[in-house]
Amino acid sequence: MAYTKRFDGRKFDEIREMEAKVGVIKSADGSAMFRMGKTIAIAAVRGPRNLHPRFLQNPEKGILRCNYDLMSFSVNERKRPGPSRRSQEVSLVTEKALLPALNLDDFPNSVVDVFVQILQADAGTRCAGINAASLALADAGVPMSDLICAVATGIIHKDKAVIDINKEEEDYEGGMADTPLAIMPHSGRITLLQMDGEASREEIKSAIEKTKEACMKIRDVQVNALKKKYGGIKDEI
Amino acid sequence: MKFDTSYVTSLLNQDHRLDGRKPDEYREIKIETGVSKNAEGSARVSIGDTVVIAGVKLDVGTPFPDNPDEGSIIVGAELNPMASPEFELGPPNAQSIELARVVDRGIRESKAIDFKKLCITEGEKVWIVFIDIYAFNDDGNLQDAASLAALAALKDAKFPKLKDNKVVYGELTDKKLPLVREPVECTLGKINGKIIVDPNTKEEKALNARLTVAVTKEGTVCAIQKGGDYGLSIEEVDAMIDLAIRKTKDLRKLL
Repeated sequence: MAYTKRFDGRKFDEIREMEAKVGVIKSADGSAMFRMGKTIAIAAVRGPRNLHPRFLQNPEKGILRCNYDLMSFSVNERKRPGPSRRSQEVSLVTEKALLPALNLDDFPNSVVDVFVQILQADAGTRCAGINAASLALADAGVPMSDLICAVATGIIHKDKAVIDINKEEEDYEGGMADTPLAIMPHSGRITLLQMDGEASREEIKSAIEKTKEACMKIRDVQVNALKKKYGGIKDEI
Repeated sequence: MKFDTSYVTSLLNQDHRLDGRKPDEYREIKIETGVSKNAEGSARVSIGDTVVIAGVKLDVGTPFPDNPDEGSIIVGAELNPMASPEFELGPPNAQSIELARVVDRGIRESKAIDFKKLCITEGEKVWIVFIDIYAFNDDGNLQDAASLAALAALKDAKFPKLKDNKVVYGELTDKKLPLVREPVECTLGKINGKIIVDPNTKEEKALNARLTVAVTKEGTVCAIQKGGDYGLSIEEVDAMIDLAIRKTKDLRKLL
């Protein structure tokens, strides 16, 4: 049976209600909160700063390190604190999703650390984390060519693409191919693409196109959050 | 990073502090509950720029053989590098374990939770209460923030539904936890002979000794932890406990 009406009544290309705030952690160099529906991510940036141990240093440019973790009580069944195989993979893909927008040429031998904590999870946590991290990097003043916008789309084989699926939809019995995607809104480049499930080549292409459109709305929310903190600063001399 | 503590000390000699507080004055405290909806209870506490979030999760487990009709609590603390440039990733270290254990002792020794009421089937099934505390920004005195957040989260918590002795997560009942007492912790510091409450990070670096005192509503003490590199006299300990009893009366009003 086709999925004709979304469980929470949204349109199929509609992202959940979003909220973003820049500068939520005072001691960090940059920080942000990004909420998509009931999923809340908090990101903090520390750096560029000295990198130890020294063998990790790159004399040509700075490196990026990401750490993503679910807080123990963010999910239904308590998650043991500390890294898991899942969180380490998500940390890695988060790093790769953010890196293309950064220019760390001016920071040889240094590191930019990004820490992402999920306060409340309702699917799409890596995407909310990337959206928060993108804002936190901008807040830290790390040179960037673009923002990064991410959202998870569900593809139902032989049916349709569903933008920004929540937990209930992720568990849809008709089969939902979870497809997290991050793009740089200005260049249009894809920096995160994963898929779990079954879909045809055409369905994937069409889903990516629809997701890209939806990402522009995320960009607007991000830009507004940055303007809220920095909009008052005039470029007068 | 090296911080010159001589300014903290010389100011305190005239009973002044870096941020203009009196020696026995806390920074502004804010408590917000229900900040993480998948938790059975949660709270965000800020003391000045120090921010911690605590969450309570409940699960069904087997009781300890020596207390077959009692549930139990497990307290953990995470000092993520998000909160401070001095924290590092990795398993809990001595600092985070001490933080969690002092919160745990305040709750456990005051018998704040009636463990017998956490029993589902004697000898077989009991409720286990997990309290996890995360530091989000460290500007000193994580201990009192953690203790307040743990208590606020416990007060906020409700039992989830139970079906065939398994928890139905996401569906809460109206039943609150059997919280019968409310221990509140106050951390005091000694700097060059002067006693202060609620040290910030700069003051923490200047501390000679530290004392955390957990106090019940009735004004009795239910846990103490001495920290820092120098000793305290009996008179100093007595004065610090007296101040802790006084200050926790004010803290309690915020809950």
